[in-house]
Amino acid sequence: MTQASAKLIEAIADMREDEALALAREFLDAGGDPKEALDICRKAMDIVGRRFEQGEYFLPELMLAGEMLAQISAMVKPLLANQTQEEVKSAGTVVIGTVHGDLHDIGKNIVVFMLEVSGYKVVDLGIDVPVAKFVEKVSELQPPVLGLSGFLTLAFDSMKETIEGLAAAGLRDTVKIMIGGGQIDEAVRAYTGADAFGGNAMAAVSLCRQWIAQ
Amino acid sequence: MGPAHSRQQRENTMSATAISSSEDPERLYNEREQRLNDAIALREPDRVPIIYYTMFWHATYTGMTFKESMYNYERLSEVTKRIVLELQPDAIAPPHWLNSFGPTLELIGYRQLQWPGHGVEENHSYQYLDREYMKPEEYDDFINDPTWFIMTRFLPRIGDVFAPLAKLPQFASVQHLRLVQSVRAFGDPELQAAFAKLARAGQEMERMSQCAGAFVKEMKALGFPLGQAFTAPAPYDYFADYLRGSKGIMLDLFRHKDKLLEAMERVIPLIVNSAIQTLRDRPCKIVFMPMHWGLDGFMSPAQFKTFFWPQLRRVMMGLIDAGLTPLVLWEGNCTSRLETIADIPRAKAVYWFERTDLKLAKKVLGGIVCLKGNVPVSLLNTGAPDEVRACCRDLIETVGKGGGFILDGAIGIPDEAKPENVRAMYRSVHEFHS
Ligand code: B12
Repeated sequence: MTQASAKLIEAIADMREDEALALAREFLDAGGDPKEALDICRKAMDIVGRRFEQGEYFLPELMLAGEMLAQISAMVKPLLANQTQEEVKSAGTVVIGTVHGDLHDIGKNIVVFMLEVSGYKVVDLGIDVPVAKFVEKVSELQPPVLGLSGFLTLAFDSMKETIEGLAAAGLRDTVKIMIGGGQIDEAVRAYTGADAFGGNAMAAVSLCRQWIAQ
Repeated sequence: MGPAHSRQQRENTMSATAISSSEDPERLYNEREQRLNDAIALREPDRVPIIYYTMFWHATYTGMTFKESMYNYERLSEVTKRIVLELQPDAIAPPHWLNSFGPTLELIGYRQLQWPGHGVEENHSYQYLDREYMKPEEYDDFINDPTWFIMTRFLPRIGDVFAPLAKLPQFASVQHLRLVQSVRAFGDPELQAAFAKLARAGQEMERMSQCAGAFVKEMKALGFPLGQAFTAPAPYDYFADYLRGSKGIMLDLFRHKDKLLEAMERVIPLIVNSAIQTLRDRPCKIVFMPMHWGLDGFMSPAQFKTFFWPQLRRVMMGLIDAGLTPLVLWEGNCTSRLETIADIPRAKAVYWFERTDLKLAKKVLGGIVCLKGNVPVSLLNTGAPDEVRACCRDLIETVGKGGGFILDGAIGIPDEAKPENVRAMYRSVHEFHS
């Protein structure tokens, strides 16, 4: 690892946003490989994720890390487009969203963040996602895993309806479904017909590892 | 599994009112008030008091829709009265101030909430929309003149009727003949139309307040004091909830920390003064303060000690110095905050904990502040009366020991609580002693 990339990793991981963005710009302007820039981000996010797990970082740090990642990705994207369209290697696709009627997305965003850090391509459908939208995306992208998030008790029914909707569209057996959110437990899993539930973002990652053969 | 679940079964299950006519309501009122005051003053009352607080349980219990609960003020008074007479709480949080907003929300075209008929179904609670209502660049405008910013920038974003207020002049900047000249703004037809609509909304709110006032009076006559009379936020939540949104505020902790700190300074006196003015002539001096964005996980302990607690403490001190009693609802889990929030004058406030272990809280805060809570939501919604009874007994005998304890659900009576469980909770204060 060069000194420049070590400095960038440290700036991101230590939440020094201005410095991180300036270093990333410098790195790219000096002809640095854009894919390496993304790799640097991933390493930094690894550190951030670990500090979160260890109780050193909290939601605000995850939020800022996500912002830094988005800004650096935006710098890198135009440069990547010029290169040969070789897909950045992904561990698999996960479609995720907060079910209809529910607007909570902080927990889901952490799951998205940790999945991305772990190398998955995540398609985030956002909040209050109607059943039809989940069905459409699963049918279009054929992801191996679908994640449903929800924090309200009414989300139990929305999750159930979403899973029934997939079954009605003949898609239920094509995808593994995990659910999660504040009050979700085994009883809710059974009620909704999901394949598994996860109590935190790391559980979401392990489920994907288990379900998506590398 | 929604709130509509088994509504049918629960309809008309209300048992006969329990109050016996031989009891003198005035004596009961004084006894209840004393009990509550004793608990707050950390003295041991004759028994542990319990305060009636719910968002929509009265609707689930009596088979009224949530929508009706938000629109029909009189019916809300009537069902709550029946429930209060049945449960016999020691104080009540008046339900109108949590429910009766439907008509006015419509009249002002309010955009920060969805409510039954306006984005959510008839039997769902109203829902707050977490968005960015103030841009980070606008901290300076807020700091320079909060009132002007709120009136002419913020209000137009959050209610249709307020849109023309954007044309109001900055009154603090004009005097003498320029002040007179500035009234020209009121000649604007759009602004005039807005004022006409606001007059309608104002009348509606007045009708609601009259109804709520009559309810409070009737409750008093029946022997029940109020358990809270005003709501005030933590300065951090003031910006997080209704101005910057959750994502915005968390980023501000890094990108705009000085502005955030300065803006919070500006609102501290505003929050304190509005509570003092409103409660000046009221018998109840308790100010409800629900905490939202300072709980465990939402910021680090260091951030809590910089951006949340010092400002909240100053609001609390302002209230306490004016003879008011902050009733702080610490939502979620606040275990890591306990030592920090112990720094308040003795016996001047109530801390209501949602999920923080009350026994642990008693160890750290016992002898400093009266505790309230916290029969779990899951237990009240899905458990059996015996389990509720056991949980209440445990709380009363341990947390209630030596006084300074008020029993309640984790956040009052949850909307979907089983009636038999609520009854078990209310009975427990008579059955068990600390
Ligand atoms: C923050 C919050 C809000 C914010 C949401 C902001 C946002 N952008 O998300 C705001 C203020 C907008 C809000 C609004 C409301 N809320 Co709210 N809210 C909360 C709160 C305080 C925290 C939830 C949260 O984000 N936690 C942080 C995350 C990180 O926690 P976490 O669970 O550990 O997350 C992990 C797991 O859940 C898991 N996970 C999450 N998703 C997934 C998905 C998969 C696939 C997997 C495997 C794992 C997984 O991984 C996460 C990361 O490790 C809770 C109370 C609480 N303390 O929990 C109430 C709570 C969830 N809200 C509640 C309510 C009632 C509401 C409102 C109706 C209130 C109102 N009247 O306005 C509205 C509803 C809006 C709507 N339609 O959704 C209730 C729900 C009660 C119920 N029985 O349904 C709660 C429980 C509060 C309470 N005790 O009453 N709320």
